[in-house]
Amino acid sequence: MGRSLKKGPFIDQRLLKRITEMNRSGGRRVIKTWARRSTISPEFVGHTLAIHNGKQFIPIYINENMVGHKLGEFSLTRTYRGHTVKIREKGKRK
Amino acid sequence: MARIAGVDIPNEKRVIISLTYIFGIGPTSARRICDKVGLDPSRRVKDLTEDESIRIRNVIENDFKVEGALRGEVRDHIKRLMDINCYRGRRHKSGLPVRGQRTSTNARTRKGPKARPGAGKKKK
Repeated sequence: MGRSLKKGPFIDQRLLKRITEMNRSGGRRVIKTWARRSTISPEFVGHTLAIHNGKQFIPIYINENMVGHKLGEFSLTRTYRGHTVKIREKGKRK
Repeated sequence: MARIAGVDIPNEKRVIISLTYIFGIGPTSARRICDKVGLDPSRRVKDLTEDESIRIRNVIENDFKVEGALRGEVRDHIKRLMDINCYRGRRHKSGLPVRGQRTSTNARTRKGPKARPGAGKKKK
């Protein structure tokens, strides 16, 4: 189920404050954040955020297509390296 | 057989059913079209007058996105997800279920036929 429209999108207020501050002063630094649940608001566009995935901070450059998604969608929490491919000896095939 | 919205050729069924043969028109939209054109949904397509089918065509053209245009729109949405490299986009890229279904078993629609260890091409 989606979130109630009445409440509006959830945006991490601390993060938003830091970003608006940076927009005002024109600074462009990578911000580390744990706020994976925060929706990406238009103010975030053009910044690089380092989003925690439980282990590391993954730097993600925010572009305008990402607005409306959550930060966590871009920083994967699981690693999947693929299944091992068994090498069959030749000649067994018929 | 009438020809509505490009290539679609709904046949001798009731109008409301025939219209659902068009990609992007389901039972609800079909009913809406019938309401708008002002014809009885249980009439057969073959009984439609020329004027009625023209009006159906106009309504679909103006109020609905169907067939190629709609498919393109869907493709664009998926492409957007893949371009921004978000979780859903990655699932689309890797051909796995997008909406959190289990993949340990099932998920055959997305994953395709089973890959069994011994199943190479059988040559004889």
